[in-house]
Amino acid sequence: MAETLKMTTPLISAEAITKSYFKGEHKIPVLQGAGLKAHRGEFISVIGQSGSGKSTLLHVMGLLDSPDVGEVLLDGNRIDNLNQKARDQLRNHVFGFIFQFYHLLPELSLLENVMTPLMIRHSILGYWKHRKEIRDSAMQIIQQVGLEHRIKHRPSELSGGEMQRGAIARALVGRPEILLADEPTGNLDASTGSGIMDLLKSLNENQQLTIVMVTHDESIAAQAHRTVRLAHGRIQTVAREDAA
Amino acid sequence: MYKLLLCVRYLRTKYIALACIISVMLGVATMIVVNSVMAGFTTEMRDRLHNFLSDIVIESRSTSGVEDANRQMATVTEVAGQYIQAMTPTIEIPGMITFTDPYSGESYTSLVQIQGIDPAGKSKVGPLHDYLDSYNPIVEDGVVQREALRSHDEPISWELTEQAREHRELVKQREALFLRDLTTDIQSVTPEAKSAAPEFDAEHPEASTPATDEQPKTPSPGIIEDDFMTDPQVAANAPEVRTGPLSARIFLGEGIVSFQAQNPATGKLQKIMMVEPGDDVILSTVTAGRPPESVRISATVVDSFRSGMNEYDTSIVLMNINELQKSRGMQIDNSITSIHIKLKHYDDAPKAIAALQRAFPPGQVTIRTWEEKQSLLLSAVEVETAILNVLLFLIITVAGFGILAIFYMIVVEKTRDIGILKSLGASSNGVMSIFLSYGLGLGIVGSTAGVVIGLLFVRYINPIEDMLSWITGRKVFDEKIYYFFEIPTSVSPFMVAAVAFGAISIAVLASILPARRAARLHPVRALRFE
Repeated sequence: MAETLKMTTPLISAEAITKSYFKGEHKIPVLQGAGLKAHRGEFISVIGQSGSGKSTLLHVMGLLDSPDVGEVLLDGNRIDNLNQKARDQLRNHVFGFIFQFYHLLPELSLLENVMTPLMIRHSILGYWKHRKEIRDSAMQIIQQVGLEHRIKHRPSELSGGEMQRGAIARALVGRPEILLADEPTGNLDASTGSGIMDLLKSLNENQQLTIVMVTHDESIAAQAHRTVRLAHGRIQTVAREDAA
Repeated sequence: MYKLLLCVRYLRTKYIALACIISVMLGVATMIVVNSVMAGFTTEMRDRLHNFLSDIVIESRSTSGVEDANRQMATVTEVAGQYIQAMTPTIEIPGMITFTDPYSGESYTSLVQIQGIDPAGKSKVGPLHDYLDSYNPIVEDGVVQREALRSHDEPISWELTEQAREHRELVKQREALFLRDLTTDIQSVTPEAKSAAPEFDAEHPEASTPATDEQPKTPSPGIIEDDFMTDPQVAANAPEVRTGPLSARIFLGEGIVSFQAQNPATGKLQKIMMVEPGDDVILSTVTAGRPPESVRISATVVDSFRSGMNEYDTSIVLMNINELQKSRGMQIDNSITSIHIKLKHYDDAPKAIAALQRAFPPGQVTIRTWEEKQSLLLSAVEVETAILNVLLFLIITVAGFGILAIFYMIVVEKTRDIGILKSLGASSNGVMSIFLSYGLGLGIVGSTAGVVIGLLFVRYINPIEDMLSWITGRKVFDEKIYYFFEIPTSVSPFMVAAVAFGAISIAVLASILPARRAARLHPVRALRFE
């Protein structure tokens, strides 16, 4: 009791999440009561084998998917049962996503890709009023990830590492509180991958960005503050790192 | 904002969308061209119908007509004078015309509508000048073949032109000569008559070989009035031939007495007139009495007319009204069968008709506008245009289904991008509006291109027709069939706007289904889509 009082409310927490998919008539349970808490400024990695449900947990936390059972809380408030509009806005304002396959829009240049979340946030009129600020903040983020020389290029003209940096810039341009990363290095070679990890770590350290990263690579997972192991839809172990 | 950006990007990068744009464009262009040409034809046809008929026609139900034209016209002026610009009394009566083809010597008879008119009055209610042959030059392939014989300022009268008089003189002299030869062959002729012949020939050398180059006209009964021929002896002895025109004079619809024949020298179709101004014809009709009796009228052709309406040009004979009254026994009480009225403003027609209907007993006359009189023809054209529009709009609908299919394809192709947008916080409505505005964009671009192409086509339709004729080697648009020298067109801005708007609506409607599908995509499944 005394211990729980000492604990601050986690920034984001998923509690007792159950989620199944149907494949034809077969019900495939993916998550069976998995839960995860992340405090502000934490860098958590979720590790598990393919099909262990780690991506699904991330999607549920990021409101891309809703749980069959369980709750998602943001600052102690339940968010998974909000209406569609509120969920869209939370995705835009609070969460930033990065994916294994970068998922940049092929028709847009890097700069336009990075600006997309802010364009979604503003109406046409609002965009027109704030177009300078939007562009400036996008440029600033792009400089932060070191791609200022590539702003005019289409995604197809960028390397894998550059695309992932672009995706990180896009995820961060809306100043989210939580970055949800789904195998961010999964499609990159080791040195490029470690470059991305360095970037994530520095963002976490310098901007107190909360990061939840899903990976199947032990060495990548080990770079986070804390690693959560997921197997068969349940949390198996929580490995604490007592560094710093 | 992302919607607009993506929509514009998709328009610029998805070349498959070009297929949609082209199909919308072709549909719009076709509709504009067809509608403009149809409207051009209709306007032209209505003008011709209208011009010949005047605005309002009061017709007597009986062929005997109503008596006292002046009193009837005074009544009209009294009740509806404020609307009326001009009117003219007319007698309309079915009849027959008989004429002789000078080339073959054959006699032809055809059914006609005889209209007794006063040319001065008739030209006030409609542009008769524009139709009469002698007032207009003959132009073929842009070259003036014959100047107008009379100036437009000259009032229309029943007088023969100089050329018609010469023609008539020639024909009459030939007839006289032929008759005299006939009588010399059959009867024993006095020596004086024989010696008179060479003198006659010397005076008129061009008429000396009547039977070889051209068949002489058979004497028509109308000439009986000119009694010199009743006695061949007198004809042979008289050096002076009476060539003055008969008192009954007519303007002939040119279709009654002409036919198309190929000129062996040039290979072109030519109009051959079997009766020329100055010739005589026989009209048969009935008298106004009860019971009506048949009556034959010999009349001199003064001119031919061509209104452009085949219906009129092949059936109407305009005759001087007082002669027709005389022949039909209507001159004593000055009877007429109809009054043609031209209004100051055609919009007043319903008011004028209402006023006239109060003044005239309903059993005696029918009062109609020209449109009502020709309602069958006009409504046929309207129905034709409507059906054509429905068919053409189906073309655009087909284009709409093309858009539907192609959009579905694009949505499937863009599934992952839709998932990305949703993960970035785009709402379902936002995703939907990307595809709706994409459809709108396609519609606008396609319609604009279609309107431009359609209008250009209409503007240059005649050069295009020439080119097509040149390529295919045959006349696409034969002015001889349609009586138009070029394809008439009439572009209505309302029609263009309606067609463009319709096409844009169809493009948007066709994109609703794919857009809804895009909006309903589940973000996670969309992201995992390979």
